[in-house]
Amino acid sequence: MENYMNIFIKSIFVDNMVFAFFLGMCSYLAVSKTVKTSVGLGIAVIFVLLITVPVNFLIENYILKKGALAWLGEGFSDVDLSFLTFMVFIAVIAAMVQLVEMIIEKFSPALYNSLGIFLPLIAVNCAILGASLFMQEREYANIGEATVFGIGSGVGWFLAIVGIAAIREKMTYSNVPAPLRGLGITFILTGLMAIAFMGFMGITL
Amino acid sequence: MNSQEKEPMFSAKNLKLLTSPLDRNNPITIQVLGICSALAVTVKLKPALVMALSVTIVIAISNLVIAILRNYIPERIRIIVQLVVIATLVILVDQILKAYAFDVSKQLSVFVGLIITNCIIMGRLEAFAMANKPWPSLLDGLGNGAGYGIILIIVAFFRELLGSGTVYGYPVIEKTGLYSIGYENNGMMILPPMALIVVGLIIWFQRSRNRELIEK
Repeated sequence: MENYMNIFIKSIFVDNMVFAFFLGMCSYLAVSKTVKTSVGLGIAVIFVLLITVPVNFLIENYILKKGALAWLGEGFSDVDLSFLTFMVFIAVIAAMVQLVEMIIEKFSPALYNSLGIFLPLIAVNCAILGASLFMQEREYANIGEATVFGIGSGVGWFLAIVGIAAIREKMTYSNVPAPLRGLGITFILTGLMAIAFMGFMGITL
Repeated sequence: MNSQEKEPMFSAKNLKLLTSPLDRNNPITIQVLGICSALAVTVKLKPALVMALSVTIVIAISNLVIAILRNYIPERIRIIVQLVVIATLVILVDQILKAYAFDVSKQLSVFVGLIITNCIIMGRLEAFAMANKPWPSLLDGLGNGAGYGIILIIVAFFRELLGSGTVYGYPVIEKTGLYSIGYENNGMMILPPMALIVVGLIIWFQRSRNRELIEK
């Protein structure tokens, strides 16, 4: 249990997707103008990560890894399909995003309309593929750890986008130098937030 | 249609495709695409250079392939087709890096794989290659790759020079003897947050030079 808590806290604060690895920056910058839309997108990302990371974990460990096909029989025990990793992961992600899109369209048309183009773009949100690739690189021991890591990364991304959206809503009342307005100041703000998040570095539970 | 085919290969219009992404249509600072993988690899110049090259190759070839196939791709499944083309190219790049530049490929870790989801590539395929001929698409790809690369290299240059006192591994600060008069490297520059702030400053510089780019 302690192990799970550790992975969860670590993936939210220490290895935050946005502040430590710059993943998912495109939609982070583009959708963070109002808190309401960013909450919607954040929840969609958590949901997609919650599904894709464990699914990719199973695929990685029972199909793609060197020797992973041993359960099929002796002859398969030295098959190595790991060069297909990128292709399979991105296919799983694209399929899952399609599913989430259909669910949101059915149950919350208002949210669907306000997310607009960014919903299908979750498929090419680097945070999603990044989480699956980190899951592969860090070699989590079992599916529980992988799932907890997926949720943690999603929550970390959610916190980041809601935080910056709240700051940007307030920023409309401040007097920013003209050339910095919009994109420039958002970058610098993200940098400052990342410095704050660095305070969590080295924490283990 | 015929008059277009007679157009010279490097006409003014085509040259503009190549040069405009370098400044006023830069993928990172103006179109806000592909920031994800751009910043994490800029601690040192070498990985930044390799990353810029890889992205340029992938974007140019995928633009070319999609432009050739554009009339045969059904509208509804175009995203999947584009992802397959990109993923194939990225697998090739990844395998080549692993074979010939293993240490750099280790440094880049997951970011080679993340070229697949680099929004510049999808963005250019959607916005340009799906509607244009192969040759202009190739140029557009090269131009955007270079525009991406130039920002990467500027950021990496400053972070490496100020953070570790070297340029492409060559100890510049040590040679000039600044250490002996009390100069110290700024350890902050190596940390991730400074990449964001350096890009913010580049945007500030670019927009104050070119006032029409300022956001309302």
